[in-house]
Amino acid sequence: MSLYQMQKFLFDINRDRGVQQQYRDDLDGLLDRYELTAEERGAIATGDIGLIYVLGANGQLLMHYAAFLGMPWAEYIAAMRRGVSRYGPVRAGLYHMTTAMDEKVAGV
Amino acid sequence: MSLVFAGIASHAPGITGRAHLADPTVARDFHGAFRALGERLAAARPDALIVIAAEHFANFFMNNMPSFAVGMAERYQGPIEDPEWLGIARTKVPGNAALSRRLIREMMQSVDLAYAEEWQFDHGIMVPLHFLTPRYDLPVVPININCQGPPLAPLHRVWGLGEALRRAADSVPERIAVIGTGGISHWPATPDSGKINEAWDREFLERWQANDRQALVSYSDEATYRDAGQGGFEIRTFIAVAAAAKGRGTLYHYRPIPIFAVGCTIADMSIGA
Repeated sequence: MSLYQMQKFLFDINRDRGVQQQYRDDLDGLLDRYELTAEERGAIATGDIGLIYVLGANGQLLMHYAAFLGMPWAEYIAAMRRGVSRYGPVRAGLYHMTTAMDEKVAGV
Repeated sequence: MSLVFAGIASHAPGITGRAHLADPTVARDFHGAFRALGERLAAARPDALIVIAAEHFANFFMNNMPSFAVGMAERYQGPIEDPEWLGIARTKVPGNAALSRRLIREMMQSVDLAYAEEWQFDHGIMVPLHFLTPRYDLPVVPININCQGPPLAPLHRVWGLGEALRRAADSVPERIAVIGTGGISHWPATPDSGKINEAWDREFLERWQANDRQALVSYSDEATYRDAGQGGFEIRTFIAVAAAAKGRGTLYHYRPIPIFAVGCTIADMSIGA
């Protein structure tokens, strides 16, 4: 578990257009800059928002990454729920899910 | 001169970015209350606006996280987020570096601060400015309280920050307004987004309006996390405003709006001695 490094990647890509460009041009090279576990690296490489969420990423970092990947709001919420369904409860951090799996709190 | 205005407001990105998904009447009422707060702010004829915010990793990260940081730049910019996502166009916002420096020097007499000559505003500041000073023509001094990456400053230290801010505002010739922005209970950016503990919020707002220091600083982070979510840590911004204003609060708007992910709040506070 290197949650700090995974969140550092999210922090960098959210705020740095150069990192966003490298994400498109040379994803492997970009991810080599972070000490990620295989699971974390795979989650980022495949854009698996649900797994990144379960691994403990802070939602304030994750929601912008989801938007960067082109995910509308409702799809972002659904992706996190799918992640919990597939991989189990959130393993670290502060952004645990506290509602039922099929609860649409905000109607989306 | 002195502190001439104090208020609090919500800042959730959905307030602008997801406005089209909200009930139009509900959104219009809240946005109207937000603009009306801006009119009261303008009527106080401030020379500068201090925004006490709780940013979300726009500038500060766990590599070097300040509990309290104050902007000291001539100008700022925002939003750092995708303008289309937030529904607010990218713009420059004037600062006042000399004023920042004087405020910081006085505040440092009692509080340890980080300062920043670069600062990109995220929704925590841009959403309030969008309604309060829509022409972005009032110089802003941003203050950030870390509410995202624990350990977080204890509430009695946040109170001390507010007291230091008041002392500093009263020590400069300019007329100073302060706005605290944050959520009360909310679970933003999680699958729970839209969950709001209205009873908890109303209890907090009672304490805030009464400016009951003991009641305001008595929340533990464990209880806040349980009852009000990780977004509840942002009560720090409202508590700092109460400590600075020293008056009594008036609540103009409170309504849970789940698609905005927060109990949407607009209030101001008289300036006490």
